[in-house]
Amino acid sequence: MGAGLDLFSNSASDSNEGAWSVSDVTKRARRLIESGLDRLWVRGEVTGFKAYQSGHWYFSLRDAQSQVRCVMWRSDNQRLPGPPDDGMQVFVDARPTVWEERGEFRLTVRQLVPTETGGLWQIRLEKAKAALERDGLLDPARKKSLPTYPRRIAVVTSPDGAALRDIVYVIERRWPVVEVLVVATRVQGEGAEEELCTALRLVNRIPDVDLVLVGRGGGSREDLWTFNSEMVARAVAAVRVPTISAVGHETDLALTDLVADVRAPTPSAAAETAVPDRESVTAALDALAGRLAQGLTSHTDLGKERLARTADRLTAAVQMQVGRCGALVDRLSGKLDALSPLKVLQRGYSVARADTGKVRRCVRDFVAGEEFRLTVSDGDVRAKTDGTVG
Amino acid sequence: MKKPAEAKVKKVSFRAEIERLEEIVRALEGNDVDLDRALKLFEDGVRSLSRARELLQQSELTVRRVLEEADGSVSTDHLDL
Repeated sequence: MGAGLDLFSNSASDSNEGAWSVSDVTKRARRLIESGLDRLWVRGEVTGFKAYQSGHWYFSLRDAQSQVRCVMWRSDNQRLPGPPDDGMQVFVDARPTVWEERGEFRLTVRQLVPTETGGLWQIRLEKAKAALERDGLLDPARKKSLPTYPRRIAVVTSPDGAALRDIVYVIERRWPVVEVLVVATRVQGEGAEEELCTALRLVNRIPDVDLVLVGRGGGSREDLWTFNSEMVARAVAAVRVPTISAVGHETDLALTDLVADVRAPTPSAAAETAVPDRESVTAALDALAGRLAQGLTSHTDLGKERLARTADRLTAAVQMQVGRCGALVDRLSGKLDALSPLKVLQRGYSVARADTGKVRRCVRDFVAGEEFRLTVSDGDVRAKTDGTVG
Repeated sequence: MKKPAEAKVKKVSFRAEIERLEEIVRALEGNDVDLDRALKLFEDGVRSLSRARELLQQSELTVRRVLEEADGSVSTDHLDL
């Protein structure tokens, strides 16, 4: 013990007739303890835990024989994901002191680490995950598929972070056809969880949003913890359109990643997933244009072919008809020939006709002394009945 | 400049055009289409194609910040990065 720290040294107040005042004792005790015991790591079991409205935590640490009161101020405990449970074995990094008002020896805890692997973070995370699981929010069946060609993308992140710049850079390069709407929010520190939830709720009120990217760039475990908040995870699940969660780096896995429709390892990767590549879409469009042209050509070719075939059939049909007609004409002309009066005349017959052209077929048709025409094989001869008929 | 967060002005979506175009091409590639119908499909296809290409031509990305107004309405404002 250092000089001047002897509790019973002769420095009591004179007004108390040589006795110490309570305040003097506790003040002295505090000075003695604080200068005599440095910061130290203490292991013990948490008991009688109480978190006050002010945000400060009060509890005791105990082992088989003893216990010690502890306080962990809000400024220190807010770095933790949540309070320890009673009965939990922990290490605390603490400064021994005396709480003068109560004359109570206690530890002012700066850091608190559960002895179990992963610690408080893991415990809190597992609890939140179990709660989400219970409510079916981790069910793969509720995952929405991403739109192929988004036109309006909401990005929920810090407006000053690298994440937003990365996302915008990638989208600009791949798919500048889109509109990016930034819903700005803090992503770490006190109040970040509430702000993130508000931002995610706001997304549901923006018309025509096709897709939401939520996330942040890399950071310490404490920085990324906002995205492990059960409240934030539930807010992600409540977004009506498809969501992509991208928190930190490749190796960081957050609760929002499990709830979102798609998890991307980084904000840049989220942007790559969110939009198609204009180059390849243009190529696909060119291919469609080719098929369109080919489709029409095949039909016109088919038409041409059919037309050619029809023309051939038409020609054949006409030829056949012509042939048929020719044969008929031949047959008919044969008949005609056979019937021709000229043929008869050539055989020595002749035809007598009146000047009117009427054929004189029998004796009765002739009038005595009348002139008529006699047609023989090579012309007409004028003739006249000699006056007697019959 | 601040403006209310409205629905997208361009009602014809790229996706709709692409899907229409794919549908047309598939129909055109089928055998049960006569020449008149094929020509009509081709014309429709060319229209869809040029609209899709037009939508793809847009080269400047729009980035805006979403704001919630005091009256609860949602507006957007230009955001410099």
